[in-house]
Amino acid sequence: MGLFLAILGAAIATFMAGIGSSIGVGKAGVAAAGTLAEEPSLFSKVLILMLLPATQGIYGLLVAFLTLQAVGVIGGGAGEISTVEGALYLAACLPIAFSGLFSAVHQGKCSVAGIQTVSKRTDTMGKALIIPAMVETYAILALLISILGINGIQALNL
Amino acid sequence: MAILQMQRINIFALQKHSKALLETLQRAGVVEIEPLALSDSVFYKEDSSSLCSGYLRNAALMRNAQEVLESYIKYKKSLFQSLKGRIPISQEEYERCAAKANEVVKFAYELINNQKRIIETKAKIVAAENKIESLIPWEALDVPMTPQSTKTSRTVLGSFAEAIDLETLRLRLADILPDIELCDFEIISKDDKQTCVFVICRNECYDELMSALRKLGFSLPAVSCKTSPKEAIKDLKADIASYEKLIKAYEEEIISHKDKISMLRFFEDYYTMKADTYAQLENLSYSPHTVVLTGYIPKDKSEKLSKLLFERYDAQVECEDVEGDDVPVVIKNNKFSEPVEGVLLSYSPPKRGELDPTAIMAIFYYIFFGLMFSDAGYGLVMSLACFIAVKAFKNMEKGLKRSIKMFFWCGVSTFIWGLLFGSFFGDAVNVIFETFVGKEPPNIPGITTPIWFSPTLQPTTLLMFSFALGLVHLYTGLILQAVNYIRDKHFFYAIFDDLSWILLVSGGVIALLSTDMLSGMMNGFKLSSEWMTVGGIMAAIGAVIILIFSDRNRNPIKRFIKGAYNLYGATSYLSDILSYSRLLALGLATGVVAQVFNQLGSMFGSGAVGIIVFILVFIIGHALNIGINALGAYVHTNRLQFVEFFGKFYEGGGKEFTPYEVKTKYYNIKEDI
Repeated sequence: MGLFLAILGAAIATFMAGIGSSIGVGKAGVAAAGTLAEEPSLFSKVLILMLLPATQGIYGLLVAFLTLQAVGVIGGGAGEISTVEGALYLAACLPIAFSGLFSAVHQGKCSVAGIQTVSKRTDTMGKALIIPAMVETYAILALLISILGINGIQALNL
Repeated sequence: MAILQMQRINIFALQKHSKALLETLQRAGVVEIEPLALSDSVFYKEDSSSLCSGYLRNAALMRNAQEVLESYIKYKKSLFQSLKGRIPISQEEYERCAAKANEVVKFAYELINNQKRIIETKAKIVAAENKIESLIPWEALDVPMTPQSTKTSRTVLGSFAEAIDLETLRLRLADILPDIELCDFEIISKDDKQTCVFVICRNECYDELMSALRKLGFSLPAVSCKTSPKEAIKDLKADIASYEKLIKAYEEEIISHKDKISMLRFFEDYYTMKADTYAQLENLSYSPHTVVLTGYIPKDKSEKLSKLLFERYDAQVECEDVEGDDVPVVIKNNKFSEPVEGVLLSYSPPKRGELDPTAIMAIFYYIFFGLMFSDAGYGLVMSLACFIAVKAFKNMEKGLKRSIKMFFWCGVSTFIWGLLFGSFFGDAVNVIFETFVGKEPPNIPGITTPIWFSPTLQPTTLLMFSFALGLVHLYTGLILQAVNYIRDKHFFYAIFDDLSWILLVSGGVIALLSTDMLSGMMNGFKLSSEWMTVGGIMAAIGAVIILIFSDRNRNPIKRFIKGAYNLYGATSYLSDILSYSRLLALGLATGVVAQVFNQLGSMFGSGAVGIIVFILVFIIGHALNIGINALGAYVHTNRLQFVEFFGKFYEGGGKEFTPYEVKTKYYNIKEDI
């Protein structure tokens, strides 16, 4: 049961953050393709803006990986873990799952706006890049807590 | 490390030299020309917009001619086209090429005409094909399609929009036409949608026949030909063949000019430059024999330019130092910090009289980027790629070169942090040894084992280190603000706005360090309890200064309230410091994702398949990781600079220096002064 809960946590972290990133990158991608129709030379700039919401999915993957490693599913040595420990891992996965989902969606919206900014004024790239990065802060904070959580549980020796 | 001194430059020259002089300025690219409107009875402005648009038209013509060539010839395009930059050409070469202007314009017109002819001929082919299409139903007819007649009879051709046979037609006609015996019908062709009919009738019953036929839905053919349809089709086919030959000839003619594209490119640039020059002519003031030009120039260039203009054009040049908010800003830095100038300028150029923070920012920029990307292998790849790019492409555009140099230094920093944290393509060396060699990897400090510590094992240590770096970064920002105050002779402001915050924040940090809360995260490190008092006193002094002096309003009540509000800004310091936790988070993200790819690659064991899979996963996986994490590191380093650092002291809002220079696409003509 403990193992199940831990893997459930890893799964939730991966797919929720992944859903967020897919929505975010998807929205930005639509805007990017539209811009490229008019201004193909902006490809590299637009691509960068489009990829900004992709990081949350990676953070989710990262937390999932750390969890799987902690319980021994990756790297071998998967032993019995108690239900309480499994539940703790599940809890530690939640910050990045939820924060990742919502911040990626909203970062995607900012990216769309940024792409439109860049398509009108190419020289504003630096500024257009910073605005979506503000949203990402909260995904990073969540990632931090998830990592510290998983690390702390290992140290508890339950 | 500094904002360059600017000078106002006034140039007086004879009118006959005005264009040559402007072209020299354009190539030198060191003067920003300002529109000059002298309200004087002697001076006047000249309208050169018609000439200017003429040149722009020619530039567009060259562009179109290139498009014609490009649509028939596949020119090799290098993957690194954007790195190559413009081809430099010398003054002599420029003049030698420019002499061919008329010839090339004529050639461009011919090229475009050829293209037009091809399009017209293609249209003719389509028309002929359509005609053949409509003649096919009549192919069985062996007389011309034009109405034929004898003394007593005549012919009619036409079709019904349905399938109909001779019997039905006769039956239907018999109802409305009494003299049906005077006509003869023949069906030429028949399908589901149309029946083509050939009719011969006596002259006297022609009108009746026609009205009767119309009632039945008879319509005259849309095509006609003087010969029999069969022959007409044959003729048309021959025409198409000859058109195709013609197109082929035109195309060959165009393709034979394959090498002329560089000429067309040169002249596109040539006319763009000319147009720019003529646009600038409007910013000059003219008297009957002289012109006056005014603008800004960096001081270090003015002397040489004056000498050059005097020698070449007998021009009188005046330069004098200027200050003020309207004066454009040029910053100059050493080789190490110059690359991040682009980051600063993308935020905002410094205001005149403000400190240029590039040099200090550069240090933090490289450190933060390296910490977030933190992998020796990735750093090596990035630095090497940037180094090769800079060396291989000498003519790279300035801005691009600057960015690439910046990433070179970022790569160096990444390499160093990677060694400190023991990450080389993640844990690639360990995985390779365990999977393929089957023994313990050798102990190479920095590559298999960390020189300092491993962030995956001790994330809290790195977290504390990140916060410490953040504090240094924020304090540096406050100190820079203090320096700005002191330069403006506001010594007390430096104490009120900067020292106060440093005291408050440091006091808070010291107090926190002496509590049990943080000691767990600091590997048991804890200050003794006396420090609690010290920290408390420091923070209290800071807070009091902020409360009383941070607002300089004369009204004591307003001043106190605003001071209290400013003190509330302490929460923003808390969030600023916490924001540096991204240094840890992104650093971990790089390392762990790299490990994930290594593990994925090693899943297929140590056999031949295993090795191939490992290599594939290694290359693709790490390339992906480099891409996405370098982007993340870049964006978040920028954020830490823009929001946390610049927020403390940097005003910006200066006017960027935009010199009048050669703005071309393919060739660059430069005169170094």
